[in-house]
Amino acid sequence: MPIKHLEEYRDSDLSRQLVEKIKRIRSKKLRLMEVCGTHTVSIFRAGIRSILPDTIKLLSGPGCPVCVTDQREIDAFIELSKIDDVIITTFGDLMRVPGTLASLQKERADGRDIRIVYSAMDAVEIAAKNPNKKVVFPGVGFETTAPTIAAAMISAKKMQLENFFVYSALKLIPPALEALMSMEAVKIDGFILPGHVSVIIGLNGYQPFFDKYKIPCVISGFEPVDILQAIAMLAGQLKTGIPKLENAYVRAVTIAGNRRAQEIMMNVFQPVDVAWRGIGTIPQSGLGIRENYIAHNAEAKFDIKLPDPEDPKGCACGQILIGTRSPLECPLYKNVCTPMDPVGPCMVSSEGACAAYYRYHS
Amino acid sequence: MKFDKILLDHGSGGKISHSLTAEMMLPIFDNPILSDLNDGAIFDIEGLRLAFSTDTYTVDPIFFPGGNIGDLAIYGTVNDIAMCGAVPLFLSVGLLIEEGFSISDLNIIVKQMGRAAAKAGVKVVTGDTKVVPKGAADKIYINTSGVGVIPDGIDVGSSRAQIGDKIILSGTIADHGVTVITQREGMTFESTVTSDSSPLNHMVAKMFTASKKIRVLRDPTRGGLGTSLNEIAEKSAVGIKIYEDKIPIRDEVAGICELLGFDPLYLANEGKLIAFVASEDSTKVLEAIRSDDFGKAATIIGEVVVDSPGQVFLETRIGGTRIVDMLTGEQLPRIC
Repeated sequence: MPIKHLEEYRDSDLSRQLVEKIKRIRSKKLRLMEVCGTHTVSIFRAGIRSILPDTIKLLSGPGCPVCVTDQREIDAFIELSKIDDVIITTFGDLMRVPGTLASLQKERADGRDIRIVYSAMDAVEIAAKNPNKKVVFPGVGFETTAPTIAAAMISAKKMQLENFFVYSALKLIPPALEALMSMEAVKIDGFILPGHVSVIIGLNGYQPFFDKYKIPCVISGFEPVDILQAIAMLAGQLKTGIPKLENAYVRAVTIAGNRRAQEIMMNVFQPVDVAWRGIGTIPQSGLGIRENYIAHNAEAKFDIKLPDPEDPKGCACGQILIGTRSPLECPLYKNVCTPMDPVGPCMVSSEGACAAYYRYHS
Repeated sequence: MKFDKILLDHGSGGKISHSLTAEMMLPIFDNPILSDLNDGAIFDIEGLRLAFSTDTYTVDPIFFPGGNIGDLAIYGTVNDIAMCGAVPLFLSVGLLIEEGFSISDLNIIVKQMGRAAAKAGVKVVTGDTKVVPKGAADKIYINTSGVGVIPDGIDVGSSRAQIGDKIILSGTIADHGVTVITQREGMTFESTVTSDSSPLNHMVAKMFTASKKIRVLRDPTRGGLGTSLNEIAEKSAVGIKIYEDKIPIRDEVAGICELLGFDPLYLANEGKLIAFVASEDSTKVLEAIRSDDFGKAATIIGEVVVDSPGQVFLETRIGGTRIVDMLTGEQLPRIC
């Protein structure tokens, strides 16, 4: 596939104009949350914080798939890898996440069959090639990854692959936004909404949330100009006092979203209550596997014993994920917790706020 | 959780690799030549200044667009010697092969090594072949070592960068890293990116003809440009400032990195060098690099600064500033 770089969205003149605009419309201090981990990384990589006025504070949100995956789920993936004829096929991000006792990376060094794949379909192929093994795919991610995992399960069912399983730890973004808004400690003036998730759920996906809370929301792409544009729009809304749900990523996001992907996702999964690391249980915020796909549900298939989960002592990931603390305010940050020897998931995932601060913040 | 087993991260060329070298190897082999930690060892024998280097090559897949493990193994050691300011002369080749490996594939690899040695102007003068049982190794691993002579008046090293030096990069970054990633099993990219695997010793010779005020030479292989610059900043105890819009990168390479969540600053190059040159001679050296077949896209990407010794700063395209840290461990593709 030919990939052309998005030069115009990295344009320095355009960026400068947007920063000027943001400076002109600023009024009081604004706390804006970039919900998505990819945004967090883009913001750091482009040095956006260093060119914004001091009055705008950007908070990293819970949209880092690895970071919000509950300790029990990580432990489950690790335990599954220890079963003799199991092959774990996983996205690379999950490899280093410390569970209560180990990590997938350490299990691999111990000889478990753990393979990095780039999509769930690769895992289906591995299952087809290894009929004597049981292939488990840890389903981690949001609305962005859920449709492709659902499609993989549909294929596996059609191919009658009895050895392909998904352990779903998939989550939904709008219920997490609601949970954030209902927390006393969380103070957010506006949301930079995730671009990739929005491609699937569309502007409509946020409408019920927006109608309920009337807080400024702008969907943003991932290039510097996209992000600055979204910040300018949020600042504009806050200045006028009229909150809106707006789309600054029109080249990719539509009002209705990708209906086909939504359908596929909902054919295989159904909303369930799940625990988010740091946030706790959020009603109807997870995607459980429906009864008609139970044959491919790893949770139903394997009987695993999980160690008692122990949240790492002193780790502030929980507060960092909801924007009430910054990584710099965590006592473990850079002292005990580094990407080399991470304590919490926010330091492990390349999209985690702590890892981003560690890599890019002077 | 501290490490009680070797992980792939220990071989990534990043911080975790460094700590293994520093904490385990250095204290045991303790000597001043080793502790310089240059691309090769630099020492004198009876008045002759020599550079000596070794490297072991493992790459998946072993054949990739732009080369194979064979030329990689020759050029890798040739380049490491050249980065010491030396003229590479003689190489050794050690092959470790898995039982059942195809003889015709081996022949292709060895022929490629022959062509690479001829292109670099070095001779393979000794070697060794070992075969291990099926499954005890993955296809083939190659070790090469080599020696070269450092001409009079040349003195380069990672600790020699000085405030005001210009930093020249000889071409586009991350070509090799991205090529290898896109060729791995499970990737379905149809890309035209090829590895930049090539010898740099002729380029280095031209550079020294242009100026002797070259202070640091590095080939940013494993760990990429970001890691190499950090090592230099640390060893020279200087600050380094680079400009994002000056760093050459192919559109396609940038696009693939974007898609996978990889930072091209940390992906491997196998035919690129960075040179720290006294400001007054930087144009001359830049022209010398550009006159070489492998340095057409060379450019000045930054300079050595007084501020924040030991750190590397990047001025982004949109005028922001951020630090460039050393790679920690292997980069892993992200989830969405």
